[in-house]
Parts: sequence; structure tokens; C-alpha cells
Amino acid sequence: MGGAPVNALLLADGRFPAGGHAHSGGMESAVAAGRVTDLDSLGRFLLGRLFTAGLSAAALAAAASVEREDWRDLDAEADARTPSPAIRRASRRQGKQLIRTAGRLWPDKLDALAWQIPDGPHHPVAMGAATAAAGLRAADAARCTAFNAIAGPAGAAVRLLGIDPVQVHRLLAKLSGAVEEVVEEATSYTYAALDTLPCPGSVLLDLFGEQHAVSEVKLFAS
Amino acid sequence: MHPEPKRPLRVGVGGPVGSGKTALVAALCRALADRFNIAVVTNDIYTTEDADFLRTQGVLASERISAVQTGCCPHTAIRDDISENLEAVEDLERRFDPLDVVLLESGGDNLTATFSQGLVDRQIFVLDVSGGDKVPRKGGPSVTLADLLVINKIDLAPLVGADLEVMRRDSVAQRGDKDMVFCALSTPDGAGEVVEWLTGQIGLWAGPAPAAL
Repeated sequence: MGGAPVNALLLADGRFPAGGHAHSGGMESAVAAGRVTDLDSLGRFLLGRLFTAGLSAAALAAAASVEREDWRDLDAEADARTPSPAIRRASRRQGKQLIRTAGRLWPDKLDALAWQIPDGPHHPVAMGAATAAAGLRAADAARCTAFNAIAGPAGAAVRLLGIDPVQVHRLLAKLSGAVEEVVEEATSYTYAALDTLPCPGSVLLDLFGEQHAVSEVKLFAS
Repeated sequence: MHPEPKRPLRVGVGGPVGSGKTALVAALCRALADRFNIAVVTNDIYTTEDADFLRTQGVLASERISAVQTGCCPHTAIRDDISENLEAVEDLERRFDPLDVVLLESGGDNLTATFSQGLVDRQIFVLDVSGGDKVPRKGGPSVTLADLLVINKIDLAPLVGADLEVMRRDSVAQRGDKDMVFCALSTPDGAGEVVEWLTGQIGLWAGPAPAAL
């Protein structure tokens, strides 16, 4: 298991072939609505996303990094924390693709999850299970998930607004302390009763998710 | 020879914006839908324009056409991260089993875009003469790796000063003896040679008909 820590880099890499590149995490709608227009508004969006959807997802991922007989209860908790049907669909779609890819990298270990939730588990649940399959711990699951929660939309902003990618990465680097805060809190829920997992809502993100689903012109899948 | 005889042939159709990818897919469906069981995945970078075009052309039942968003990066979706497309292809294969062929149209892209072998079994690259007769010379993975190179809009060659002989020679230099078709897809039976090529590929993929008992 000496190579396990490197697997966290693999899983968090935007190039990991599990469909993430096609999702903007609400950024496309935020840009269309004029809510994100420049580096400052991007920073506020990412910070808000990190401590709402990011924390909720990171805690689910931490809980999913623990071996489970039945994955459906945890997956139902993810459903309960995702009010927007469009975001639920996007999350399951990404979860399914992550399981498809990770299941080939680390065979057998994800079979039970794939079998129990054939339409695809929620993305954080899949990420937690995948990190465990890769020999990683709860904090890694939380970190990959929390980082993804801001890195994906940040990448989408670069493509949609043409803002300087170096500035955007500087912003991501500045948020690293905040990411670790989220990781620490999320990891504390690793063995918690499932109904106590955090559920900080973000109404605007939910609305963006729904608006995106019905918008005619879109470059991203969500 | 193929590893999974049950699976339909998956064929990628790539090419720059406006070269005639959608026109080709529509023509192939029109010509082959009676003989083969077909489904299509489109990857238009904006909206579902290509899928809508195919639907309004009425070349295929609308539920057999599926559109995938590519997050501004059409080449990523067909090469580096094929998950969304695989998902769409497998979904169609499940719903319309047994399919003979799935056509996967990429978003318009540049000359480096090529389909992953994890996604398609054959690929067609569509160029048009009005994009400049130097394009085949530039090569790139699209031109060199495509199983079939289609050079479209040859009826426009005199109008845009394109030399078809130069395009043929440069293509051969880049591709050796791999298949190549010159055509004008907008003319009657303009896709005839491509239809013939694809029919042959579907036959090869399916293998010889089982011997009568």
C-alpha cells in the first residue's frame, strides 16, 4: 500500500477520466445570470460553494470511505441533502462514471456499491468508496471531494469567462486553508450516525442547477 | 476479428466546424436506416443543435438520437475523458438492442482531435475544400489516424481555388493507402461512397453469417 497517497492525486486530478470535465457545478448558470463576472465574484462563489455543497459532499465522502454492507442508506442521505432534481441527476451521473472508471483501476472493491445502486450512487458516495478502494483514508476522501467542489467550477469559469488561469489558481491556492477546515470538519463525521451528517444548504446553487437543466444554450452537462 | 461480437460497431465522425459532419450523419442514416438498426450520439459544443437538426430531418426516430454536453472541450469528450459518451452509447445500445451501428458525431474541432479507441472502433474525419486545400498536408492525428478521410464540398473547389489533386496527394503522403473519399454531400447521392464504405465495415464487424445447420 506504499503507493496509496499518490492515488489521491489521481482521483483529484481534473484529467481523471470520470466525466467531471463536462460539469460546471452551477458555474455556467452563475455566469449566465451575471452572478460571476470576474475574479472577485468567482472567489465569493467558490467560498460559498465550499462551505455549503462542498462540506456536505465531503462529509458524505468521509462516511463512504468506511466499508459498508448496505450503501443505500448513505446514498439516501445524499439524496436528502440534494433538493434540486437536476443536481441529483448530475451527481448520480458523475457517481456512476466514477465507479465505472475506479472499478477498473481497483477491481472488485466497488462491485457491491455498483450492484446495489445500479443507476449510479451520488458522486460523494462514489468518491468515498473509490478512495477506500484505492487504499486511502477518510480525510483523503473528504479532501478530494472538497477540492473538487471548487476546482471543477473554477476550471469552468476559466473556460466560460476567459479569466487568467494563473489568477484562478492563485485563488485556489488562497482557499487551501479553507479547504482543510472543511476536510477536518467533514472527517469528524466519518463514523457519525448518518442522520447527523451536515446539510448546509445553498438555495442559489439549487436554483442554478434547475435553471441549467432547462436552459437552451449550454456547454456543460450541469 | 473483434473481441465482443455482440456489441454493435461504434463509428466516430469528426471534423472541423461546418465541414459536413452532421450532413454526413444524416445522409448515412437516410441511406442505411432501412437495412440496419442505427443510433446516434451528438456532441455539439452548443446546445443540442446537431441532435435537433437530425431529429427535424426525420432520418431516425428521435429517441435514437442522444446529445452529450462537452464542457467547452469537444476533443476531451471523445479522447481524454470518454465517460459521458460511453454512458450515452451504452444507454442507446441497451435501449435498442440489438443495434448494428452507433454513429458518434463529435463537436467541431481542430486537426488534433481524434477519437479514443476506448470509445469507437472506426473513425471518419470530414474535411471540406473551402477550409483550404493545405489542410491534409498539415496532417495531425485526425488526418493520419482516421480510418476514412472524407473530403467534402468538392463542387466548391473551383470557387475557392482549391486543388483537389494537391489534397489527394497530400492525403496519401500522410495516410498511405488508407481509405479516402471525395464527395459533395449536398448533391443527390453525394454520400454514396461513404455509405458503401460503412456498409462494408458493418459487415466486417458482424463477421460471416452463421452457417446454416
